[in-house]
Amino acid sequence: MPAVAERQYELVYILPADTTDQQVTELHEQVDSVVSKMNGKIEKTENWGRKRLAYEIAHQKEGVYVLEVINGDGELMKELDRRLRVIDLVIRHMIVRVDEEKKVVDRTRTKRQAESERRRVKRGLPPVRQPGEGRSVDTDDMDDDHYEAEV
Amino acid sequence: MPFGQGRSGGRGKSDKKGGEKGQGQRRTLFRRRKVCKFCADKIDDINYKDVKLITPFVPERGKILPRRISGTCAMHQRKLQTAIKRARQIALIPYVTD
Repeated sequence: MPAVAERQYELVYILPADTTDQQVTELHEQVDSVVSKMNGKIEKTENWGRKRLAYEIAHQKEGVYVLEVINGDGELMKELDRRLRVIDLVIRHMIVRVDEEKKVVDRTRTKRQAESERRRVKRGLPPVRQPGEGRSVDTDDMDDDHYEAEV
Repeated sequence: MPFGQGRSGGRGKSDKKGGEKGQGQRRTLFRRRKVCKFCADKIDDINYKDVKLITPFVPERGKILPRRISGTCAMHQRKLQTAIKRARQIALIPYVTD
């Protein structure tokens, strides 16, 4: 086991809207080669396709978004960050560490589930909610109460 | 007529006061209690990629909706804040719009 537990990062990068699929795969291979060279692993790749940018980046109004979930250490991400900065094709990129948040989210989720099961068993109910049980969620008045201004 | 104006200005206030005295209610208008959307819907993960979840908290101008208006709890507002800032970086949400 390594001294530092493996970290997980998410890398999102944006390419100009007129990039070809071939260029996208090429860039992915470039990223992959860096990652595998530095003992990392790409866990998942998602191509979000063309999306409208909320603001102009490099005189572009649309961009191709690619998300990569990468397992590796900080040195790898540093190197990746440096390289992406140099590549002109990438108009914007962002690296976010996700493993810690993920752990917290998983923990709260399992905790809540366990708690609800415990309470349900205490009430003499089966631990998992049955379909058609309880009041249904009232959806139409859920949205409007966020906008009530303070008077 | 400065006197008249003063009176009409004061009337609204006295109305409010009367309500307070009578019902122990400060406001005459009924106001629904605000609840944190994320607590109510049990959303643990406020992710920057989930634009649909975030957009209601970013009004037209592009600013982050304050807690006092949205009713979000402190913990979730904090998470929402980082999510919004990240989404802005990759142009999913505007920084400003005018």
